Amino acid sequence: MRYMLVIYGNDEDWTQRPAEELAPVIAEHESFGEALRNAGKLVASEALYPSSTATTVRMKDGEPLLTDGPYLESKEQIGGFYLIEAADLDEALEWGKRLASFEDTVSVWPVINME
Amino acid sequence: MVNGAGGVIIEDVVREHHGRMMAALIKRLGDFDLAEESLQDALETAIERWPFEGVPENPAGWLVTVARRRAIDRIRRDQSRRSKYEQILHDPVLHGEPAGVDPADVVSEIPESIPDERLRLIFTCCHPSLNLHAQVALALRTLCGLTTREIARAFVVPEPTMAQRITRAKRKISGAGIPFVVPGTEELEERLDGVLRVIYLVFNEGHTATEGDDLVRQQLCDEAIRLGRMLAELMPDEPEALGLLALMLLNDARTSARLDADGESIPLDEQDRNLWDQAKIAEGVMLMRRVLRLGQMGQYGLQGAIAALHAEAESYELTDWAQIVRLYGFLMQVAPSPIVELNRAIAIAQSGDATAGLALIDDLIAGEELRDYYLLDAARGDLLRRSGRADEARQSFQRAMEKTHNQAAQRFIQRRIREVTG
Repeated sequence: MRYMLVIYGNDEDWTQRPAEELAPVIAEHESFGEALRNAGKLVASEALYPSSTATTVRMKDGEPLLTDGPYLESKEQIGGFYLIEAADLDEALEWGKRLASFEDTVSVWPVINME
Repeated sequence: MVNGAGGVIIEDVVREHHGRMMAALIKRLGDFDLAEESLQDALETAIERWPFEGVPENPAGWLVTVARRRAIDRIRRDQSRRSKYEQILHDPVLHGEPAGVDPADVVSEIPESIPDERLRLIFTCCHPSLNLHAQVALALRTLCGLTTREIARAFVVPEPTMAQRITRAKRKISGAGIPFVVPGTEELEERLDGVLRVIYLVFNEGHTATEGDDLVRQQLCDEAIRLGRMLAELMPDEPEALGLLALMLLNDARTSARLDADGESIPLDEQDRNLWDQAKIAEGVMLMRRVLRLGQMGQYGLQGAIAALHAEAESYELTDWAQIVRLYGFLMQVAPSPIVELNRAIAIAQSGDATAGLALIDDLIAGEELRDYYLLDAARGDLLRRSGRADEARQSFQRAMEKTHNQAAQRFIQRRIREVTG
């Protein structure tokens, strides 16, 4: 099965942080991604800019209406994700716990198999 | 659902073996819904056939075998299910079996014993990714075979709400891929805690609930004990599993002495100990001996040990209070809570040191956590009453009155006030 590990956190621009703060977090992600890759479990992973950079498109009277910002305003926003392969929820949760150990809040979300 | 002599037997088999049958089917079929539907099919077949053909030698095995074949029929009939259940069609036991044969005709040749997969089912139903209510409902539904209506009544929830809760939980199990396994050693302790919590919650809901009728509540206690028995049988060396079962049996043993004719609760020191169920006490005490031999005491074992000391005491006064003080002390280390501390304070006072007991209760009253908890003042009043300090006792009882809106509790405190005013 596939699972998406969705990272939640403060809605801020990590790229603007000073290098000495950024380096340890990046190192954590690199070793986490490495572990997933070595286990043959990594499908994809990305980090996102803060939600203020997002543009939300809604259909209004058949026309697309654009609004500046995320779908839901909140101090906590999605900061990134890992898409992984796992045998079952317990295995996915193991990865989720490991990710949460340095990212604080992670949702482990099953992905529908379309095949 | 059923009638006639065969019907009674079918109901008994279902009640007794529901968890075992469901567990075996879920293991085979990999799906809660399919297992439930096919077991239902098998029951209908049994209702048709047993009254005429006699009850098979191994009724539960018969039902599981027929259910498995009915499941294959369902998959074969239902194209949309074929891809999902492709694997089951390749089950080596059933592979190559012709379609269209009535499974009940084949089954008499195969006296199958059901492999016991209940432990997997217990851990799956109590998976920490499901919310606690869902875990409770699922356990009662699949392991105990309670109907959705029964569970809804027991928890005083509308039936559709309960049905939705169960459906959602089953959907999460299949959708999120919650595995049908017993957790490995590393995780076992933590996961077992969750299972014990679910069982104890069912018991306490029956034992202390203020809503719902008495019959339903006793049923919950019985089901919790059934679940506890199941777990203790499947994990015979797990002290906390044994301890929880002992605790529930010992508490349940006091049921017929707990309420008076008007339905008011009778405190432990005034209960007629002749009404206590000696068979349950004997079983609970025996289980506690096994826990002690295993040498590890967790929170349930400790509570079980305390309950055993109460159960074996001739009277409230002749209880081994010194030992109970020690056990509550250990409990404060394992699972600290103000309620445990309150009980320790009462035990200290009963063991002879009323001053120390009162001082502890005063600390609790002064603390933040239980400031508005009427039982603290009621317990304080009770200690003062026993020491013959009637005026102070009355003041405490009056404070307790102000802190509770529960009418039964108010009536009880009123009685105490009259006693110390007398």
